[in-house]
Amino acid sequence: MVLVVVERDGDGTLTEGSAEVLAAARDLAESLGVPVEAVAVGEPGDLPDDLVKRGVGRLHLLTHELLDDGSPSCLGEALAGLVADLRPAAVLAPSTDRSTEAMAWAAAELGMPLATACTEIRPVPDGTDDTWEVTRERAGGILLEDAALTAPIRLCTLRPGSPSPSETAAADEMTVHVVVPELRASVPRARLVERRERAAGMTLTTAPVVVAGGRGVGSSEGYAVLEELAGLVGGAVGCSRVATNNGWRPHADQVGLTGTRISPDLYVACGISGATQHWVGCMNARSILAVNTDPEAPMVTRATWAVIGDVHEVLPAVVDEIRRRSGR
Amino acid sequence: MTPFPDRAQVVVIGAGIVGNSVVHHLARLGWRDILLLDKGPLPDPGGSTGHASNFVFPVDHSREITQLTADSSRQYAELGTLTTCGGIEVARTPERVQELHRRMSSAHAWGIDAELITAAEVAEKVPFLDPTVVLRGFWTPSVAVVDPLRAGELMRERATAAGALTVSAMTEVLAVDTDEGRVTRVRTDRGDVDTEYVVVACGVWSPRIAALAGAAIPLTPAVHQMIDVGPIAELAATGREIAFPIVRDMDPLMYERQSGADLEIGSYAHRPILCEPEDIPSLAAAALSPTQLPFTPDDFDPQMEAALELFHPVLDRPDAGIRHAINGLLSLTPDGHPLLGETPEVRGLWSAAAVWIKEGPGVGRLIAEWMTEGAPEIDAAASDIARFAPHERTRHHVHARASEGFNKTYGITHPREQWSSDRGVRRSPFHEREVALGAEFFEVAGWERPQWYASNAPLVAELGVSDRPYEWDARWWSPIINAEHLAMRRGVAMIDLSAFSQFDVRGPGALAYVQHLTVAQMDRPVGRVIYTPVLGPDGGFRSDLTVVRLGDRHFRVVTGGSDGARDLAWFRRHLPRDGSVALTDVTSAVCTLGLWGPRARDVLAAVTDEDVSDAAFPFATGRTITIGSIPVLALRLSYVGELGWELHAPFECGLRLWDAVAEAGAPHGLVPAGIGVYGTTARMEKGYRLVGHELDAEHGPVEAGLALPGLKSQDFIGKAAYTKAREGEPEATLCTLTLDDTPRFPQGGEPILTPDGARITDRRGRPSFVTSAGAGPSLGTYLLMAYLPPWHAVEGAGLLVEYLGERYPVTVARAGRTPQFDPDDTRMR
Amino acid sequence: MDVLVCVKRVPAVGAEILLTADATAIDTRHLGFTIGPHEECAVEEAVRIAERTGGSAGVLTVGPPETEEQLRYALSMGADHAVRVDSPETDPDPEATAAAVTGALGELPPYDLVLFGEASADAGHAQVGFRVACALRRPVVGGVKGIDLDGAGGGTVTLRRATPDGVELHEAPLPAVAAVLEGLNLPRYPTIKGRLRAKRAPVRVLDGPGATGGLRTLRLRHRPEARAQTVVLGRGAAAAPAVVDVLAELGMVR
Repeated sequence: MVLVVVERDGDGTLTEGSAEVLAAARDLAESLGVPVEAVAVGEPGDLPDDLVKRGVGRLHLLTHELLDDGSPSCLGEALAGLVADLRPAAVLAPSTDRSTEAMAWAAAELGMPLATACTEIRPVPDGTDDTWEVTRERAGGILLEDAALTAPIRLCTLRPGSPSPSETAAADEMTVHVVVPELRASVPRARLVERRERAAGMTLTTAPVVVAGGRGVGSSEGYAVLEELAGLVGGAVGCSRVATNNGWRPHADQVGLTGTRISPDLYVACGISGATQHWVGCMNARSILAVNTDPEAPMVTRATWAVIGDVHEVLPAVVDEIRRRSGR
Repeated sequence: MTPFPDRAQVVVIGAGIVGNSVVHHLARLGWRDILLLDKGPLPDPGGSTGHASNFVFPVDHSREITQLTADSSRQYAELGTLTTCGGIEVARTPERVQELHRRMSSAHAWGIDAELITAAEVAEKVPFLDPTVVLRGFWTPSVAVVDPLRAGELMRERATAAGALTVSAMTEVLAVDTDEGRVTRVRTDRGDVDTEYVVVACGVWSPRIAALAGAAIPLTPAVHQMIDVGPIAELAATGREIAFPIVRDMDPLMYERQSGADLEIGSYAHRPILCEPEDIPSLAAAALSPTQLPFTPDDFDPQMEAALELFHPVLDRPDAGIRHAINGLLSLTPDGHPLLGETPEVRGLWSAAAVWIKEGPGVGRLIAEWMTEGAPEIDAAASDIARFAPHERTRHHVHARASEGFNKTYGITHPREQWSSDRGVRRSPFHEREVALGAEFFEVAGWERPQWYASNAPLVAELGVSDRPYEWDARWWSPIINAEHLAMRRGVAMIDLSAFSQFDVRGPGALAYVQHLTVAQMDRPVGRVIYTPVLGPDGGFRSDLTVVRLGDRHFRVVTGGSDGARDLAWFRRHLPRDGSVALTDVTSAVCTLGLWGPRARDVLAAVTDEDVSDAAFPFATGRTITIGSIPVLALRLSYVGELGWELHAPFECGLRLWDAVAEAGAPHGLVPAGIGVYGTTARMEKGYRLVGHELDAEHGPVEAGLALPGLKSQDFIGKAAYTKAREGEPEATLCTLTLDDTPRFPQGGEPILTPDGARITDRRGRPSFVTSAGAGPSLGTYLLMAYLPPWHAVEGAGLLVEYLGERYPVTVARAGRTPQFDPDDTRMR
Repeated sequence: MDVLVCVKRVPAVGAEILLTADATAIDTRHLGFTIGPHEECAVEEAVRIAERTGGSAGVLTVGPPETEEQLRYALSMGADHAVRVDSPETDPDPEATAAAVTGALGELPPYDLVLFGEASADAGHAQVGFRVACALRRPVVGGVKGIDLDGAGGGTVTLRRATPDGVELHEAPLPAVAAVLEGLNLPRYPTIKGRLRAKRAPVRVLDGPGATGGLRTLRLRHRPEARAQTVVLGRGAAAAPAVVDVLAELGMVR
């Protein structure tokens, strides 16, 4: 059997990541000639109906008041107990923080290895030992690692976007198995005391967009247009070391080796040549828009998009264009 | 991307400060179709220009480097990329205080405003250092910080605006093709480009690129550690990149400079950390940049302690953190000088490597002038890439000397200081005898030459030679030199001259070829020994040497050891392409023993059956004689002012020659004498000039007093300028000065000042300074040589020399070439 | 409060990562080493807690002697003692690492709080802290971006955990374990004094358990996708509409 840890959204529907793991589990189970079963926390809701369509014939529902917090140690302990009972060939979970933490705890309880952030699982069904091969992400996903996973039960978390969910035959029937795990009351646990919505304040490290300026901005006053653009796109303003050194911006705004290293969705590099000192601070941005007079500046050649030109020509035009489109 | 050309007048590889400067000046001098390549991106391709500490201290003991730095500063300023902040070299020890006095002398000699200041004055200028660890400071107001990346951009822009330049970044050079020893093509990953000129300005990568063409650029990448500590409120408050003077903390071999809110601390004190050009990571694989390697903190810890001692008022703060720390790569060469000029191996392949930020633009101009006009305005002799003997171009030698030299970057280096690494590479056949005689060996071009012999120590008392009371004056010196000198003048001495560089010139075109290269008439009878200047195209000295006509179509060129490699390259470069002349370097085939003194003829007569009387063997002739069973080319000439011969023998027969002469000389009081006599005391008593000291590209034969009586009809390099100089009055005259009755002995390089202490320059702005200094034991005085403008070149006039902070009276003893000792040359006859 | 931070020596890589000839590891010939940003924040937090509470900030790693360079870095940031659990492996399996840490915690004086980085910067297994907590039966919170000591007098600590939706506050009885994220604080740079103190500080070396885990690296590979070429949107002010199109596509403007 392949056991899948599934997660649900706040409204009770199966998460996309869980669906992907289920699909991967189907392929794996088929190659092994075993069924897929699922494990979830809480009330059944629509989950059994959804799962049966995805070829799952049995759902283990863990119910315990300590699980309501989503405490990884409780979930991990409950999972470990279930896995020890079921002895599946593999346990797969989505590679979310919560599932990874629970799987880590469960692996520790079981005394078994755990392969996190997997993109592929290659069973060796007739192997003489317990070793399977997995591929997992390393170094933030820049590298892939092929690893040997040796255990009687293979515990893995899967990265989202692994194999595309394929059409699967529905299961014949669905059995819901409610499990009330025995959680050690004596174990000290962390307790959720408060949940808060995302904080409104924008910082360099949390901003989805950072509009940063360097030598090409030219002066402290030159940042006004960067501030304006950042305001329009819901971002924060950063700067390079040249700007800090010239006293144009405070050090707290500095992106780079001797400043802050950030990973926004979009980094707008204005008049920043992209000396390595600076590059290491922004290289983890998901995308980069470079505005620079030099088409061969490293920031330009490494950027996703580039505009060749002076910051003080390009940015005011962009600001005007945004205002024009939004009618502001 | 700009289109990639298939043909260029010149390809410059490397877009750091040097490459950018080269293209700018080439464009200015009229070159077109210049292609500038770099493997990295612009404006910071990832070489040393991108991480240098960018400050310029104008004073160096070397005039050549000082001139390059001054020119560079002018260029940086003109580009608006120079910020003057002043700089202080601080001394913590009495030895360093003396060195600062020496630097004052150099500042005065080169005309740079500088001042020795007290610790309290240092603290006034840099209020955040602890003055209690400082003894004195050497304050140079013109010290500046430059922006070489910005300067490079502006230089490219100018060359581009002139329509002369194509820039291709992110372009890797794959091969440099040559044909018959000349550059023909550069192959890159963006295409191939035909060209006759390639300039290698690739900094630490230069050896790799030159090797593609089959040439050696003898440098090694080496680590220079740097850290940035901050933020420091006082620095941040200035709101500027630099507002305080830069401090060079000379004793721990460090510097500290403001860099925005940070204090940047750099060191030349750590162990030499060399790497291979092949091992430098690519831009993409490097964590910071290819030339900013991971910091190795253990190597820097002692420097942190030293920095803390001097700057604890700001460095010992909890919020002053080490924000940046690198092992930055720079280029080190075997002698610490840059590698400039056409490579001796490949025509058209030029090196502009091992250049500091402070010299970059000056080097660009120098290279461009050299490529355009055949000679640069600044004499580049000490930086000429052709200066190295073959063994000095090897990786082993480069590593050994670079390792030894690294810690001398801020060190106190005595002018006569000898290297200790990779010694004993070239030994004359007399070596074992010399060792037995207790020779103190000095090195020239790898040759081990006795400077003096411990075996002559008893002569010191016997001849009444006095020692020097001050250790600095006596360092790398011995009173034995003066004793050997007197013994030679009294009797006879034998001197090992095997380090001479010697070339054979043969073939149907031999006469025309040597005529073209020399000032003196070469069409003389076989057997004549001819002294001649060798000039550059602008009439300045390229060399001076002796040519012996050994046959109608056969000449022997004998030149000094120290500049032999450059002379060989010069001669090679001018060989006719028709193959009518064969040039053979016979340096390693010939050993030379000098025999001079009033008794020289007696000694020579005792070892040969030939007639060596003046009638049979007159001055300035040479012929082959036999000494025992050894064929010896004997040349009757003298650089020491005594009767005698240079005896040239097959190298492997040298020991027999030495023993024969030594044995025959014993009854005549023969002593072995060192180069201390040959190169300094005897030479200077006779007023003979020395290449690299008196003779340089900035002076011609007329000013040096070496103009020949007649002007030959044949053309020769530099003839026009030489002819013109003969017709006018010299702007400067080489003079010999005497320094009387002081216990101090200047070493060379010191300024000559007017009696009221003013600096002396001639109408062309050339300063008067000591070109050579040494004892005149037979004259009983101490001699200095210096070029003086005509109004000071007056025999009997009194002037001053500044030495280690004091000024001493000197007298112009000779204006011109007439020797002080034996002015009529009677002893040589 | 006494806090221990567990750190890992990882290569400080450039834009392109080179692999060894056998592709089992990163080629570190040209590289320096560091601790990951998460762990730097953990060290910073430990130092601050120790300063504020008059306690101690220890730092521990598992590995061969060269890993002491990273311990000394942490010491130079202000950690006051360092422990290396000896292991020949530079990149041990997470089970082995957890066993080594757990074993060391049994030998060392008790700590109120043990901090880990959320995941190491190289292998990214993201599990050692939880394994150690499980083995020691301690409360654990991951993804921590804030540590509040107001309850420390009463034997608890409040850990602010970043979730995709916002923030959760977890109250954990001490002693506790936390896996922290960058952004927890702004780590300080080491001072010169700190570096000099770190150089002289002793590192306590403990024998490792010699355990091996069930996960073994066979080979490393680069992700097969090529880096996209820069798309030039235009020159000067004329590029503005194209820029705003991009912003709209990213959902950053309407």
